[in-house]
Amino acid sequence: MTARIFAYIMHKAGVADDSAAELVAAAKKIDPAAPPTAIVIGSGADLDTVCASVCGLYAEVWKVASDAFAYPNAELIRRALVKVVPAGSVVLVPHEHFGIDLAPGLSIKLNAAFVSDVLSIDGSEGADLKVVRQEFGGQVSTHVRCNLSSGAVITVRPGAFKALDGAPVAGSVVDKSGEIGALTAGRRYLETIAAEAGDVDITKHAVLVSVGRGIQEKDNIGIAHELAEALGAAVSCSRPVVDAKWLEKSRQVGSSGKTVKPKVYIACGISGAFQHLAGLKGNPFIIAINKNPKAPIFQVADVGIVDDILEFLPEFTNKVREMHSVSVK
Amino acid sequence: MEILVCARRVPDTSENEIQINPAGNDIERDDLVYSINEWDNYAVEEALQIVARVGGSVTVVTVGGQDDEEILRREMAMGATHGVLIADDAFAGSDARGIATILKAFVQKGRYDLILTGVQADDGGAQVGGMLAAMLDYPFASLVNGIEVLDAKKLKVTREIAGGNREVSEIDLPCVLSIQTGINEPRYVGMRGIRQVASVPIPTPSAAELGIDPATVGHAAAKVKRVDYFVPSLGKGAEMLEGSREENIDKVIELLAAKGGLK
Repeated sequence: MTARIFAYIMHKAGVADDSAAELVAAAKKIDPAAPPTAIVIGSGADLDTVCASVCGLYAEVWKVASDAFAYPNAELIRRALVKVVPAGSVVLVPHEHFGIDLAPGLSIKLNAAFVSDVLSIDGSEGADLKVVRQEFGGQVSTHVRCNLSSGAVITVRPGAFKALDGAPVAGSVVDKSGEIGALTAGRRYLETIAAEAGDVDITKHAVLVSVGRGIQEKDNIGIAHELAEALGAAVSCSRPVVDAKWLEKSRQVGSSGKTVKPKVYIACGISGAFQHLAGLKGNPFIIAINKNPKAPIFQVADVGIVDDILEFLPEFTNKVREMHSVSVK
Repeated sequence: MEILVCARRVPDTSENEIQINPAGNDIERDDLVYSINEWDNYAVEEALQIVARVGGSVTVVTVGGQDDEEILRREMAMGATHGVLIADDAFAGSDARGIATILKAFVQKGRYDLILTGVQADDGGAQVGGMLAAMLDYPFASLVNGIEVLDAKKLKVTREIAGGNREVSEIDLPCVLSIQTGINEPRYVGMRGIRQVASVPIPTPSAAELGIDPATVGHAAAKVKRVDYFVPSLGKGAEMLEGSREENIDKVIELLAAKGGLK
């Protein structure tokens, strides 16, 4: 393995994303002997702040500054990367909304292999890198071989690699801004629309009754509300329920929804895709009820029950109500 | 507007438990229920709604074999004007780059203003749309959850970014967009609708007809290859309650009380 490894650094308002440290750990799995180089693209004083902080993680930090990068436009950034990244390199990019925009096209323009959403890296075998991905919402994993002979672009799942412990390195910044030339793009950023606030703030509740695809139809949402009412909890949900317009977006837990920190999370008919689990912080006690014994949610839950929520939840609610009426007497 | 939607037939994870075969080299496919990839179905619905507003046609294309024809018929029953099945033994084992190479050749045989894909497939990883755009030198936007036609040359698109926020951009046509679930409410398709399009011919262009060099696609050209399947173990796993429903409910209530989840 002689390819140079680069890590694309996500940042916002002068602060590098957590993935900056995670990509160091991922790079080490590819080649422990090749310290990775950070690439930081942006504009203004914020960019220098990011570069300085990333110097604690990477021995070499390539800075690419231009007013064109005031907002991260994946097409412009792809063109800049193609100018500065040497042929045959391995480029690591976080697998989130920007990486999904950037990475596939970057692999084509670098004539490099592309593997997306990598969870772990087993190491090199000859010209191949062996990595682990998931399929079918995390129900099964696969080992994948990626040929590195003409380089690779690899997107790495956020949170999958733990940042390494150790003393900060004293990295240095190399300014590559002069190498990119004039850039134009067929897509131009206009504005960002903030998420709408809903009538219920699921981030403020200690107990969440969260429903997923297993609720099956809109008319069944009521059984979740009834349980939540009996428990003094709020109803949240996973993405398919919002897609189907059964509940409002403000109740969605996940990377494209809200991040919540309840004490207890009752996952009802939720499969447990990583985008959903990404919104669940603070190590809540998770009770999962799902018809499918193979549902990935059972791997992260504390307690699991294989059952149909359409039958389980109403009985559960009745039992809770009975307890209340007894305690009132 | 002439719109091409690239679609795939996949095992339906809402209908199946995915199991690994004894050899560990594939999932058990014998009893699987297949359907159109969910994201692709939203893409077809979006194409139909755009055409309803501004006119044009919707072509749905897939790369595969005879079994994949059923999703083309389903989407034609939804209202797609044409279905095309690109089929050739040379395509077997293609990686995402191979699929994008095949689709690029097909796109260049026609004239499309807008190309839509789903954001991802259940057994894929959000790859083909962005690769296809780069091969064609078209602009690209992923995770699209809103499209407005501004004029014959450009669209306004919104993308789903972190925390439920939306990023709004203007994008030049022709372009490639990957469509996120929830962008619309796909219309229902009944058996009768599918029967009505049962005899509509579906062209099946081959590698040679599309001018594709077989050396650039298929297993041999793939830089990325799946080695095996295995069952992941992410954490310690849940303590599974195996009692009757009533016993399980009692246990859950006990746990809730202990964890402060009962008021």
